[in-house]
Amino acid sequence: MARALAWLAALIARDVRLSLRSGGEAFMAVGFFLVASACLPLSIGPEPQRLAVIAAGALWVMALLASLLVLDRLLAGDLEDGSLDLLALAPLPLEGVILAKALVHWLLTGLPIVVAAPLAAIWLNLPAPAFTTLMVTLIVGSPALSLLGTLGSAITLGSRRGALLTPLMILPLNVPVLIFAGGAVEAAVSGLAVRPHLLLLGAVALVAAVCAPLFGAAALREALR
Amino acid sequence: MPHETPQPADGLAVADLAVRRSGRLVQSGLSFHLDPGRALLVTGPNGCGKSSLLRVLAGLDRADAGRIDRAGRPVGEDPVGHRTTLAFVGHHDAVKPSLTVAESLTFWTAGLSAAVRRGRIAAALAAFALERLADLPGRFLSAGQRRRVALARLVAAPQPLWILDEPTTALDTQAVAALGAVMDRHLDGGGMIVAATHGSLPLSVVPARLALDPVAVAVDG
Repeated sequence: MARALAWLAALIARDVRLSLRSGGEAFMAVGFFLVASACLPLSIGPEPQRLAVIAAGALWVMALLASLLVLDRLLAGDLEDGSLDLLALAPLPLEGVILAKALVHWLLTGLPIVVAAPLAAIWLNLPAPAFTTLMVTLIVGSPALSLLGTLGSAITLGSRRGALLTPLMILPLNVPVLIFAGGAVEAAVSGLAVRPHLLLLGAVALVAAVCAPLFGAAALREALR
Repeated sequence: MPHETPQPADGLAVADLAVRRSGRLVQSGLSFHLDPGRALLVTGPNGCGKSSLLRVLAGLDRADAGRIDRAGRPVGEDPVGHRTTLAFVGHHDAVKPSLTVAESLTFWTAGLSAAVRRGRIAAALAAFALERLADLPGRFLSAGQRRRVALARLVAAPQPLWILDEPTTALDTQAVAALGAVMDRHLDGGGMIVAATHGSLPLSVVPARLALDPVAVAVDG
């Protein structure tokens, strides 16, 4: 167990290092998030009232799309250069490999987006009472996006159209995250109870935390065969 | 002590194994026994299933039929024990372009204490004359140098059973000799080696041989 945890930590540290050295790839997602949400007022129109209505939903869709950007390289590099063979033989179970990959994905996409979200929320004129709720939904929901995304890239690993297939497969799985996160922010804007939405969002995140490693590891085993 | 003895190695016994490659049966009825301190060379023409057999032995792929025993027990009973006591060097070198040689070896020795790691990595670098390349990122290495890094993992993270797929690919004569010395030490310490090769390996003891037949089924095209 201690050995497996040491491997988990080593894998996380290695992948963060690889991403930081790959020149900007690491912060592509948050860049996309900011640029895309800055473009929105240009197409919708700059009226503050109109933006306020769509701000929360728009921010969540941007966060979701941004999280899909780096998925296709998440596991493919390790499959192509043989590292995945060695990881499969390491004391860390493949479930742990999926968890490590999801955590690294969150550190490099989810966390920067959480940090950048207040800025984007200001220029989209998100109503003030919903600010805290938006942040809570992002903190609870973005790990679910990373877990489900990692699951998707494990399932499409080794297939030739993986880069296209992953988002197509993952978007429907992310629907509950969008619904409950959007519902929570909507409730906060209109002064209704936020708690039920947040609890459901938390439940989705927990289900993803259990299912993604289990199913993802099975997919990796298939990809190695 | 540059090379410590691996943990007590146990015999490997394979009975009636059948191996598939891309869904097609390429070998069946394979049986052999390997004692601690012995090496087995798997030979045969291209496409006869050498790599597939090695992946099955490493537990990366499932056998179509037959059984693999380690120390008298089927590996299916203790897959974790099997896979964490073997070292695998396949076709790919698992060397990341942006990690240095030392960083790469450090990663593959995760779970060991820092002091043990330093000693092992120094021994591994020395065994394959990689000291001067230690701080070079993987993208600057030639194919032979990457291969040496892959083989250095065998020394950095010692395991009783080595499964090597064409270990001498891209190596120059000095590196082949270094590999021979490392393999000899491993066998002396009671380790086991299963290696697929087209040529021979520079071992001081005569290894057992398993010659695979060409695939009987008609080849596509």
